Amino acid sequence: MAEFRLPPNSRIRKGRHFPVKNGAGNVRRFVVYRYSPGSGDNPCMDTYEVDMDNCGPMVLDALIKIKNEVDPTLTFRRSCREGICGSCAMNIDGRNTLACTVPADGISGDVKVYPLPHMGVVKDLVPDLTNFYAQYASVKPWLQSRTPPPPDQERLQSKEDQELIDEPAACILCACCSTACPSYWWNSDRYLGPAALLAAYRWLVDSRDEATGERLDDLDDPFRLYRCHTIMNCTNTCPKNLNPAKAIAETKKMLAERRH
Amino acid sequence: MSLRSPLSRVLGSGSAKEGTDHWWMQRVTAVALLILGAWFLISLAGLESYSRGDLYRWIGAPMNAVMLLLASITLAWHSLLGVQVIVEDYIHGPALKIFALLSNKFVHVFLCVAAVLAVLKVALGGSL
Repeated sequence: MAEFRLPPNSRIRKGRHFPVKNGAGNVRRFVVYRYSPGSGDNPCMDTYEVDMDNCGPMVLDALIKIKNEVDPTLTFRRSCREGICGSCAMNIDGRNTLACTVPADGISGDVKVYPLPHMGVVKDLVPDLTNFYAQYASVKPWLQSRTPPPPDQERLQSKEDQELIDEPAACILCACCSTACPSYWWNSDRYLGPAALLAAYRWLVDSRDEATGERLDDLDDPFRLYRCHTIMNCTNTCPKNLNPAKAIAETKKMLAERRH
Repeated sequence: MSLRSPLSRVLGSGSAKEGTDHWWMQRVTAVALLILGAWFLISLAGLESYSRGDLYRWIGAPMNAVMLLLASITLAWHSLLGVQVIVEDYIHGPALKIFALLSNKFVHVFLCVAAVLAVLKVALGGSL
């Protein structure tokens, strides 16, 4: 059966409190999930006070400040700090998003930071994305064509055809959508999830690709595709404002249309 | 512990190459139930009394009997498809899952046949 309670060793306890030094004026409290699998301890929520007058505006700025100045053991992924690499995806104030594009100002009260939901935790805010990346690889996210490319130029695409893939190709694989999907929580071993399905759709509608039939065959499965029940958490949470739910609905339409 | 690669785990036994039919029939039966449900409510609202005799006469009218049979079959079919999705979503133990999927089919077919028989008996002039 589905599990609705965390196993005993995953239940979250209260953690340590790091007050800000020297009576700073503009103080925000960041309550951050901490877990170290090797330690044998349960996860806990540590509270860090940050002087926002001496800190960048985004949640990621505060996390980096905490790591640099307060607690170097705090672990998270980050790279580009401008919303294009997808590394710093985490659950902030109850929403999966990128820490680098969320201003702390927009959040009222304590800023609660958790790793992406329902994934194995490598450490603190770092989720295990092994299965997620394997699912992306499974949809063969590359051009498959039997027509050889022209010898003297690239494969051409009309402006209209390019527009079809503009949006799905803008996905940065941050995993916010898939880890916001209840269907993915219960069945991520067999359901591909919105991110991989959006990637699959990007190649289904690519005018240069000639494997549409095989791609649809591979998706035509009660679990891989049809575990999507149009909950639309994916579209709601996407930090790039993409629409995986629509891409999945279009894929279902393509499968239905080729039968009638 | 298994050293199977993550990709091998994801690819598993491959695509079942079905699922579209289930998804499509869930929508076809949903549309049919909208029509049948509207007919059922409007038709019942038009009755002058709900006495046993009046209801028997109502069910006995050929068009009403046909629509009631269609409604019984479509409702059972739609419900069977829906409950199957819920079982597949939430029940993961293999034995419990097979038991739940089998029970789902048996219970729905039983209810459907019982409903059809009830309508036929009344429509064809028997007594329940």
